[in-house]
Amino acid sequence: MANVLVVAEHLDGKLRKVTLPTITFAQQAAAVTGGQVYVLVLGSGVDAAVEEVSRYGAAKVLYANSPVFSDYLAETYTPAIVKAARETGSTLVCTPSSTTGKDLLPRVAAKLDAGMVSDAIEVFESDGLKFRRPLWAGNVVTTVHVTTPNKAVTVRTTDFDAPAEGAACPVESFDAGVAPTDTAQFVSFEQVKSERPELTDANVVVAGGRGLKSGENFQMIMDLADVLGGAVGASRAAVDSGYAPNDWQIGQTGKVVAPNLYFAVAISGAIQHLAGMKGSQTIVAINTNPEAPIFQVADYGLVADAFQVVPELTQKLKQVL
Amino acid sequence: MKILTTVKRVTDPDMKVKIKPDQSGIITDGVEYRMNSFDEYGVEEAIRLKELHGGEVIVVSVGPAEATKEIRTALAMGADRGILVETNAELDSDAVARVLAEVVRRETPDIIVIGKQAVDSDRNQTGQLLASYLDLPQATFAYSLEVADGWAVVGREVDGGTSTKRVKLPAIITADLRLNEPRYASLPGIMKAKRKPLDTLTPADLGVDIAPKVRVLRYEAPEERAAGEIVGSVDELIDRLRNKAKVI
Ligand SMILES: Cc1cc2nc3c(=O)[nH]c(=O)nc-3n(C[C@H](O)[C@H](O)[C@H](O)COP(=O)(O)OP(=O)(O)OC[C@H]3O[C@@H](n4cnc5c(N)ncnc54)[C@H](O)[C@@H]3O)c2cc1C
Ligand SMILES: Nc1ncnc2c1ncn2[C@@H]1O[C@H](COP(=O)(O)O)[C@@H](O)[C@H]1O
Repeated sequence: MANVLVVAEHLDGKLRKVTLPTITFAQQAAAVTGGQVYVLVLGSGVDAAVEEVSRYGAAKVLYANSPVFSDYLAETYTPAIVKAARETGSTLVCTPSSTTGKDLLPRVAAKLDAGMVSDAIEVFESDGLKFRRPLWAGNVVTTVHVTTPNKAVTVRTTDFDAPAEGAACPVESFDAGVAPTDTAQFVSFEQVKSERPELTDANVVVAGGRGLKSGENFQMIMDLADVLGGAVGASRAAVDSGYAPNDWQIGQTGKVVAPNLYFAVAISGAIQHLAGMKGSQTIVAINTNPEAPIFQVADYGLVADAFQVVPELTQKLKQVL
Repeated sequence: MKILTTVKRVTDPDMKVKIKPDQSGIITDGVEYRMNSFDEYGVEEAIRLKELHGGEVIVVSVGPAEATKEIRTALAMGADRGILVETNAELDSDAVARVLAEVVRRETPDIIVIGKQAVDSDRNQTGQLLASYLDLPQATFAYSLEVADGWAVVGREVDGGTSTKRVKLPAIITADLRLNEPRYASLPGIMKAKRKPLDTLTPADLGVDIAPKVRVLRYEAPEERAAGEIVGSVDELIDRLRNKAKVI
C-alpha cells in the first residue's frame, strides 16, 4: 500500500489555508499510487484545526494532541512524522512549501531515506510518479523522478486548488511517543498582527518596490490594498532598504503568490521578483519607466508616477466598489 | 571555536539561463559562475563568529575543480582553510548533505553556518538534511545569531513574522538575507588567500555514494506570459479591471 501523508499546518489553533492545496496534491499523487490520503495534525489542543481539516476529503486524520507539540520544533515533529508515515504505510510525505514545511520536511526525508522534491507544481503518472518543479528563479521547470521507495515533497500551494469541502472523515488520536528534546528550544514567535489576509492566500496583492523611496510612502500601497481587501507585498529591494518587513518579500527567495489581481507598484520586474508572482491571474504594473521589464508580464500597464496615480486609483476605487 | 561553512558554485543570477535543445540540461557555454549569494551571508557570519570568539573557519565546497575559485573567494574574505570535495556529477541536496556530514564527522566543528538556498537549484534542503543525518539541532532562515555558553540564539524569518529558537551546539544554522552584510574580499585578503591551505578530496575518499535520489528527466522553459495593454489613465485601468479582466 502506497499511501500519502500530509502534515497539516495550523496557527493560533486554526488550520492554515496552505494545508488545503497540499491535500489536493496528495489526492492527485494517491490516485497514481493507488493509496489513500492521511492527514497528520501535531499540536496541543488544536481541536478546531483537526475538525476543519477532516472535511477536505482525507481518508483519516491522525491527531497527536500533546504538550510536546505546543510549539513547532523540527526536532520533535520529525520523529512523530516518521512514525506516522511508517504506521500508515505512507511512502510519500508532503507539506506545504511554507517556511515550516521547508524547515521540517528535509529532516523527515533523511530519516526515511526518502528523496526529496522541493516546490512541486505538478504530480503525474508516467511510468511511476513524476513531479515538476521550477528552479533558477522560475527560468526553468524540471520533470523529476525520485528513485527511492519513500518520497518527500513540499508543495507549491499556489499551483493547486483547495479540495471541495464535504463530510468529515474519521479522526483518530495518534500516540507519537515523542519526548521533549534537550538540544532545541522554542523561545518565541513575534507575529506580525494584521487585519489583512495572508499574502499566500489573498485574492488581491498590492506590492511596492524601491521606487517608493521610503517606508512612509508604503502607506499608499496599504491604502490601495485595503480598499480591495488585499494583502501587501514588496520587492526585495524595498525590504533591503527597510521600507517593508521581510515577511512581505515576494520572489525567488521570499514568498510565492498567485492572486487574481496583482499590483506591482514601482517595481522594475527583475526575474527574481517575477519568480514569486508571475502565476497571478491579472497583473497590473505602475512604473515611470516604460522600459521596465515588469511591463512584459503585465496585463495592464500604467506608465506613470506612483505618487500621483496610486492615491487617485484608491480614491476612485472607493467610489466604485 | 571551530566554524564550518559551505560555498556552492552557481550560475550568475543576473544571467538568463538557456536550455539545451534536447532538454537534457542548461547550456553552460559562456556561462559565468559565482558564489551562491546566500553562502556569502554564511561565510560572513562564520568570519564574524571567529572575530568574536576566536578559532578557525573551514570552508567546504562539493563540486568541480573550478569551485576552488569560490573557496578562494571565501578564504579572501577571511576563512582559514578550504576543502574541495571534487566531483563533476549531478548532485542532489541529499548527496551534498551526506558528503558534508562526513566532513563534519572528521572536522567536528562547534557550529555549522551555511546558506539557506542555492539560487540555481532552489531547493532549500541541505542544512536541514545535514542536521538530520548528524542528529543535530537546526535553526534555519536565520536573520540574527548569538552564541554564548554552548548555545546559539537564532532569530528566524518565518511565515507571519519572526521567531526565536535556541539550539545547543554543535548545531546547523542556515542564513537568510538580513543576517549580515557580506564583506568584499580586500586586495591583501586575496593575496593571503592564495597561500591558505586548500585540501582536495573525492566523495569516494569519504566513503560516500553520491548517486542522486532525485533524478532530473527533463529541463523545460516555463510558459511565458505575453505583455498586455498599456492604459492611458487611472479611469481606463479601472474600466479594464472591472469590465475586461472582471477582477474587481
Ligand atoms: C539571488 C537573488 C535572489 C533575489 N531574490 C529576490 C526576491 O525574492 N524578490 C525580489 O523582489 N527580488 C529579489 N532579488 C533582487 C532582484 O534582482 C531586484 O534587485 C529587485 O527585485 C529590485 O527591486 P525593485 O524592483 O523594487 O527595485 P528597482 O529595480 O530599483 O526598481 C525600482 C522601479 O521603480 C520605478 N520607479 C521609480 N520611481 C517611481 C515612481 N515615482 N513611480 C513609479 N515607478 C517608479 C523605477 O522605474 C524602477 O523600475 C534577488 C536577487 C538575487 C541576486
Ligand atoms: N555542492 C555544494 N557544495 C557546497 N555547499 C553546498 C552545495 N550545495 C548546496 N550547498 C550548501 O547548502 C545550501 C543550501 O543549498 P540547497 O539545499 O541545495 O538549496 C547552500 O546555500 C550551500 O551553502
